[in-house]
Amino acid sequence: MSEEPLFDPSLKKRKKKQVQFTVDPLAADEDPTTPAPDIEETTVDGAVVDLGPSTAHERMKLNGEGETKPAEEEDVKAMFGDLKKKKKKKEIPMDFGDDSGTSTPIAAAPAPDVGALSEAVEDLDFSDLKKKKKTSKKKANLDMEAFEKELKAAPAEEADDDDVEPTPAVDLDDDADLGEDPFAQPAPGEILAGVGSGNEPWLKSDRDYTYPELLGRFYQSLHLANPSLLSSSSGKRYTIAPPSIHREGTKKSIFANVTDICKKMHRQPEHVIAFLFSEMGTTGSVDGNGQLVIKGRFQQKQIENVLRRYIVEYVTCKTCKSPDTLLTKENRIFFMACESCGSRRSVNAIKSGFQAQVGKRSRNKTG
Amino acid sequence: MSVQNLNSFDPFAEDGDPLGDSQDVGSQADYIHIRVQQRNGRKTLTTLQGLPKQYDPKKLLKAFKKEFACNGTLVDDEKMGQVIQLQGDQRTKISTFLTENGMEKSTIKVHGF
Repeated sequence: MSEEPLFDPSLKKRKKKQVQFTVDPLAADEDPTTPAPDIEETTVDGAVVDLGPSTAHERMKLNGEGETKPAEEEDVKAMFGDLKKKKKKKEIPMDFGDDSGTSTPIAAAPAPDVGALSEAVEDLDFSDLKKKKKTSKKKANLDMEAFEKELKAAPAEEADDDDVEPTPAVDLDDDADLGEDPFAQPAPGEILAGVGSGNEPWLKSDRDYTYPELLGRFYQSLHLANPSLLSSSSGKRYTIAPPSIHREGTKKSIFANVTDICKKMHRQPEHVIAFLFSEMGTTGSVDGNGQLVIKGRFQQKQIENVLRRYIVEYVTCKTCKSPDTLLTKENRIFFMACESCGSRRSVNAIKSGFQAQVGKRSRNKTG
Repeated sequence: MSVQNLNSFDPFAEDGDPLGDSQDVGSQADYIHIRVQQRNGRKTLTTLQGLPKQYDPKKLLKAFKKEFACNGTLVDDEKMGQVIQLQGDQRTKISTFLTENGMEKSTIKVHGF
């Protein structure tokens, strides 16, 4: 994990590569607090694991565990339903990377610590504890082996991804627009903090506390006191099946799963298609099977980029980053209403800009 | 003295308003749009639209052509006004060029794939 800070900047890239459609803003949001993978890591390390139910809290965790697990697993299944198995495997270790960086404090919190804090947080919410329980229960978990495999697979992946795939500038712009990635910076510090918070020997010592230590402690108690911060962000990752693009002839591309993707985003296909066309400066049509035929050669990566921008602009709520939004049209203006936070804002109309004359002029004159 | 029936009534007055009121919807005009278009094969065209008035498109075009080593032209469009059109995909180059020369990055919108 010592190389964490090194590959931290590239997290985004990797993520993009793996989960074709994660909306970055969301992902970034999630990083600091995603609990699940974190826990796994702790287990694998074997450091914090297998502390029996020494406290009442632990016992509660034990009891609670049965309930949470299925739900979470289902969540995961739902999320990766479209991706192939291999992808699934890739995905999880990536999360690891993030989390170990950002939220170690929670994961690393061992039983003694809980005990120490227990007076303060007697009425702790279960969700947090349950998850922690999972950590310690790792051996019983069925998917443990899978995780271990993933862990092994992870380093290789990371190495690959770091060199390849420079993120296109366009993408970066999008992120900037949303003012995202607040965690890129704090991450290295927090790693230190995580280490410190494991045993926290400095609690008893007389020396001055260092910033990372205190920061780690803060996050730890924050998450202990507000488990909702953790659980709310865990299931939120927004994924969509990657667009399947193939060529028809030499000059047309077929976007086969538009309708699926539109359904997943809860948007009218017409709206999405209009956006695609205006962004890519091209035209096309929908054929009998619901596939979109686009004029020009396009690769999956390119379409993906455009779709990603569509999601940022027209699907995710600008206030809470939730993808549960509805797009309605009133007086010729599109309004996006968020289902989860209730905010409502107008969105830019899709306008196709200047279209340069390409191809033969004579062809256009006839029309 | 005015006769009410003879007042000229603008049927589109109401429809114009909502666009004018909200910044979000109407603000598209003051962006500089950089787009890319595919031509035949792997050739592309880059267009720059919505240049603010204080910049001389002719001089900018000249600078672009020299800087990016490509050809280009100025197109007069009825709706969009003057549009700079360059050969090849110069989107990132244009946006860095513009930002380096003191244009606000938030006013530049890069489109395309």
